[in-house]
Amino acid sequence: MCLAIPGKLIRINGDKGLADFGGVRKEVGLTFVMDEIKKGDWILVHTGFAMEIISDEEAQLTIQALDEAYHVEPISES
Amino acid sequence: MWNQFRNPELIGKITAKLQKSRTPMHIMEVCGTHTMAIGKWGIRRLLPDTISLISGPGCPVCVTPVSFIDELMKLKGVTICTFGDLLRVPGTKGTLEKARASGLVVKIVYSPMEALKLAKRKDVVLAGIGFETTVPGIALTIKKAAETGNKNFSVLPAFKTIPQALKTLLNAHDVHLNGFLLPGHVSVVIGRQAYDFLPRDYQVGGVVTGFEPVDILTAIHSLCMMAEQGKPEVLNSYKRVVSNKGNIAAQKIMNEVLEPSDAVWRGLGEIPDSGLSIRKEYSQYDALVKYGLEITDCEEKQGCRCGDVLQGKITPPKCPLFNTVCTPANPIGPCMVSSEGSCAAYYKYEQ
Ligand code: SF4
Repeated sequence: MCLAIPGKLIRINGDKGLADFGGVRKEVGLTFVMDEIKKGDWILVHTGFAMEIISDEEAQLTIQALDEAYHVEPISES
Repeated sequence: MWNQFRNPELIGKITAKLQKSRTPMHIMEVCGTHTMAIGKWGIRRLLPDTISLISGPGCPVCVTPVSFIDELMKLKGVTICTFGDLLRVPGTKGTLEKARASGLVVKIVYSPMEALKLAKRKDVVLAGIGFETTVPGIALTIKKAAETGNKNFSVLPAFKTIPQALKTLLNAHDVHLNGFLLPGHVSVVIGRQAYDFLPRDYQVGGVVTGFEPVDILTAIHSLCMMAEQGKPEVLNSYKRVVSNKGNIAAQKIMNEVLEPSDAVWRGLGEIPDSGLSIRKEYSQYDALVKYGLEITDCEEKQGCRCGDVLQGKITPPKCPLFNTVCTPANPIGPCMVSSEGSCAAYYKYEQ
């Protein structure tokens, strides 16, 4: 449950942003990464909040691992 | 795809080194995602008999006490928002999923902010489970509720903090541990330094690590080296994501809205200061206060040994119900419900 999912930040609007998770776009809270974030960054998102900014390589690695471990879309709609 | 963290040659080299290790090691992987990864990569089969990996209490769903579910079920006429896994965890009177049939309104959310949005129109209680990864987001949502003057939103808190749980395990004399694989994503928030007490107070080492086979094997090797040389420390081999100090902004909001308090863990009972409760200033968002609820330590379901599993006292197959009565399709305890629970991970990978 503590898993965080990488998404690419495509828009910033105050303390919120829009991130792309393999084609699914979701609003994310940016409060915890406000100081350093910029458009195009990869972020590690947990329950709708960006918890950390990560590198391209780390993002790809995590996406691949998630795909294999869970065989699910990284984010499921309820 | 290129991936140095899965390089078979590297895995072979580390495994060969580990095979030479003679010091008996009991290493606990604290985090459910590590339990999953260890099962998936067959890591246990790569280790010599002297090294055993024990699953720990690091799955928030698994450590949620029975009474948390029971208290949620009292909330008739309110919309209960929860993260998915909790739905199938049995309380004394069955699961939330089943209770839906008799009129309980339960909605799965992906973010606490979704619950707050819903609270514009109706009374909403968010099931506040989680460790330090999840807690800052919920704390921030409470703060936003206060800023916008929303009166319909509240949270039933069952937050847990990892360091205090580790201390409790180390203080218990019947589980001997000499190293920890420390959680990756909890550490993003609390930072490597949150574990400095391990070598200082308990002479035990720890490694914050990622979820790839090379990550995990290297961490195990480091723990063996520390034990052999009698020099325990806390290493961070997940620097690509985790920093020394953690996420300060997230810590700040947690402290602003929440304060340390005793918490009930399934299987471990009540542990002093191991949870977080909602501060008085925000008590109008505290479902315990708003609805007069109370979370207590209560009996496990007949025969379920989740408590022993969570403390590393037994491995899941030692539970008589494992794979007989208790399966992922028909889980008796939370450790079989959550995909990251030890029993579910063993069911899937270790048979
Ligand atoms: S196998 Fe089922 S009954 Fe046994 S400890 Fe695990 S969850 Fe509980």
